[in-house]
Amino acid sequence: MSGLRIRKARVLDPASGRDEELDLEVEGGRISALGRDLPGRPEHVVEADGLWLAPGFVDLHSHLREPGQEYKEDIASGSLAAAAGGFTTVCCMANTDPVNDSPAITEYIRRRARESARVRVRPIAAATQGLRGEIMTEMISLTKAGAVAFSDDGEVIRDAAVMRRVLEYARGVDRPVIAHCEDPDLRGAGVMHEGGCSTACGLTGSPAEAESVMVARDLELARLSGAHLHIAHVSAGRSVELIREAKERGVRVTAEVTPHHLTFTDEIVRNYDTNAKMAPPLRSARDREALREGLADGTLDCVATDHAPHAAYEKDVEFTAAPFGVVGLETALPALLAVVRSGALSELEAVAKLSHAPARAFGLRAGTLEVGALADFVLIAPELAWKPEPSDLRSRSKNSPFLRRELVGRVVGTFVAGERVFDLGTGS
Amino acid sequence: MRHLLGIEGLSREEILRLLDTAEAMLEISQREVKRVPTLRGKTIVNLFLEPSTRTRVSFEIAAKRLSADAINLQASGSSLSKKETLADMASNLEAMNVDLLVVRDRTAGVPKMLADRVRIPVVNAGDGAHEHPTQALLDALTLRQSFGSLEGRVVAIVGDIAHSRVARSDLLVFSALGAEVRVAGPPTMIPPGIEALGVKPYFSLEDALAGADAVVVLRIQQERLEGALFPGEREYAQNWSLTRRTLALAKPEAAVLHPGPINRGVEIASEVADAEPSRILDQVTNGVAVRMAVLYQLTGSEQ
Amino acid sequence: MSREARSEPAAEARPNSASVPSSPSPAAAARVVLDATGIQRALMRVAHEILERDVLPEKLVLIAVAQGGIPVAELLAERLREIAEIEVPLGTLDVTLYRDDVIASGRRPIPSPTRIPVSVTGRSVVLVEDVVFTGRTVRAAMDAVIDFGRPAEIRVATLVDRGHRELPIRVDFVGKNIPTARNQTVLLQRNSAGQLEVVVQ
Repeated sequence: MSGLRIRKARVLDPASGRDEELDLEVEGGRISALGRDLPGRPEHVVEADGLWLAPGFVDLHSHLREPGQEYKEDIASGSLAAAAGGFTTVCCMANTDPVNDSPAITEYIRRRARESARVRVRPIAAATQGLRGEIMTEMISLTKAGAVAFSDDGEVIRDAAVMRRVLEYARGVDRPVIAHCEDPDLRGAGVMHEGGCSTACGLTGSPAEAESVMVARDLELARLSGAHLHIAHVSAGRSVELIREAKERGVRVTAEVTPHHLTFTDEIVRNYDTNAKMAPPLRSARDREALREGLADGTLDCVATDHAPHAAYEKDVEFTAAPFGVVGLETALPALLAVVRSGALSELEAVAKLSHAPARAFGLRAGTLEVGALADFVLIAPELAWKPEPSDLRSRSKNSPFLRRELVGRVVGTFVAGERVFDLGTGS
Repeated sequence: MRHLLGIEGLSREEILRLLDTAEAMLEISQREVKRVPTLRGKTIVNLFLEPSTRTRVSFEIAAKRLSADAINLQASGSSLSKKETLADMASNLEAMNVDLLVVRDRTAGVPKMLADRVRIPVVNAGDGAHEHPTQALLDALTLRQSFGSLEGRVVAIVGDIAHSRVARSDLLVFSALGAEVRVAGPPTMIPPGIEALGVKPYFSLEDALAGADAVVVLRIQQERLEGALFPGEREYAQNWSLTRRTLALAKPEAAVLHPGPINRGVEIASEVADAEPSRILDQVTNGVAVRMAVLYQLTGSEQ
Repeated sequence: MSREARSEPAAEARPNSASVPSSPSPAAAARVVLDATGIQRALMRVAHEILERDVLPEKLVLIAVAQGGIPVAELLAERLREIAEIEVPLGTLDVTLYRDDVIASGRRPIPSPTRIPVSVTGRSVVLVEDVVFTGRTVRAAMDAVIDFGRPAEIRVATLVDRGHRELPIRVDFVGKNIPTARNQTVLLQRNSAGQLEVVVQ
């Protein structure tokens, strides 16, 4: 399309540090101009007075469930949820059915994305075949097929020697290995954070150390291999310290934190709400504080949603029987804005953590508003208050811990290559 | 009080109301006709999804002494073995106009989950390692019979505190009634954050018993061996068993309670279980009265 | 002793009596209809009537209907001791769990303990009430006594009969008949000097 102008938005572009009221113009799917009182008369004009204009968000960690579990989510519904949450690029995890451990599946996902997705979908391939933690996948072929990273997320590579080889091999294709750090033995039958709440609830806890011992192991292996290790959904304060130390020593490590771990603590598990059950679990207030600090000082590079849809009937069971995971694409922005209000981040930093920072972590060409870049951007009403009801969520699944809670800030428009893929006003 | 899901959330007044009611119920079981007409026409379902004989029988007797119809559903005989979800089963029971649901489950939180889904009162008959409120109330009633009041009394709870719903409910009810509660066991059996519940952990049986007015001995479950919480039965018996010698550290006439069934020679010696300060059989008697009180109060319309 | 807490179940169950608009405040309109001397005299007569009946005194058992019947039964036992030099067993019966309003409407008062010191089987049971009104409490008490065994007979003694029966219940021994309006309250209470008296308000 030619000639789209967004007028008088507050442009927040972390890549350049820009934060001012400007007009933005799109031509041929790319940003063609950025400035005050741009000349000419474009075909379409969007008046964005009072709105923020930010680079489209980038999610390094989503479960889109296709192929195999389309009753929970598929690429079409998941990408619609992404668009509604302001995400223009989504990296989808490999634990589909069949597992994305072969170039054929990677190519299938990319084809389905071209056919049905509203936003850019970048597949993450499995690190080991069948997520079994034994034999590594064909990482060179998978990279050629379009895999942006490798991960057994959901499963843990228990054998340190296998993890070492996976990291070494991935180094050869210069792609990150994403580690889900939870020691399976230490976690045991744990379904929530181990602490006063688990004791009061009578639920088996998993200690914060189930994560941090695995983070320590993987950081050591990253140092040994020289590979790029990306630590998924950090939940424990001790993990933040370990990552900080490793970065200081020059280990190639990046890390993400989820909106729910930044928002909640294990207290919300007290009423046995299965929408508060995920892995790793919500931890203590002290852990949450450390996560916010880690995000602010850059130890945790970015926010990733760990969007994990599950059908209502799967969650409507005993707490211990419910699957782990919560949806997150559509509530990430207000969750981050709440962190801003807590004083831990500036507005520009919050935008960065959702867009520029994740793109940079994985070397994706996204997350910037510079002239010539892809016109992937988002319009935000920063003061708009809302309480999400299940019917507000575009995801096929509604398993969100944010349901019916007061949120402030909402995405009102999402653009991919200059095309409007989401409009809150028209509800599409 | 609409449901009885745990001792947590009950006020001291509500606890006393149940205990006072239970005291009046005790005498009914002594009569020639052990039945009052109070719950005539009410249907009570005992949904026992974890096998239990004594708690189920106690609830069943309690319901029948109040003239309610008691229906027992057990895991093996219920449609849950056919993969029906608990939520669906609860809706079905409600549609059959059941008046009250008594639930026992392996999983913490199941009574709460059902209470959120049905309009009838739900009584927790033990959920995982969470709570067992009627056991705690009968323990409190037993101690009240011994001491008149729990105010200022020292009660030691000994055993696998981490996995015991009885321990949780007991410490909550004893604390609410003004007692000082100690919990004791090997460190692997003391859960994290227990102090937040207002009790003091002890890692020595001798220290925990010193000067105690009452001792609640918990059953040691053999299956905990798999969890490697303790090296074996012999080590436990030698160091944590309540014997005449260790009981001598408590106050003279200290009451001894055990939720049953007891492992003689493991957590408690026969010489203690069967002797005078033991209140184990009174607990069983009181259990029926407490459950009658709970059924009576929860089926009322004054919620 | 305050009797405010307990009142006839039928009176509570009946909506119109609960909503009588002009009900005066208890203190203002309370009128003593039976003082301590009057109570003693009435119970002396009741004791004689009980003994005049053709029963073996050793078969007698007094069962007070809690709570109001308790002081009446105690006084009655004293009179029987004076007149006949017999020690009549005295029990206390709480009828809460038998009351039709508790069963039907779901009121959940805390019952008080029931204590009956002897087997009632083969005995002459005298149920002792303070005030008989609708007859519903007496009915509940008869049901309850039968659950303790098979008495040879059940008789009813009351300090005051105020009328307004709702059930076919006849009182055998009446201390004093006091005509009342339905919406009035009759109370056995202790006055400031600690003496029992019956008031109507």
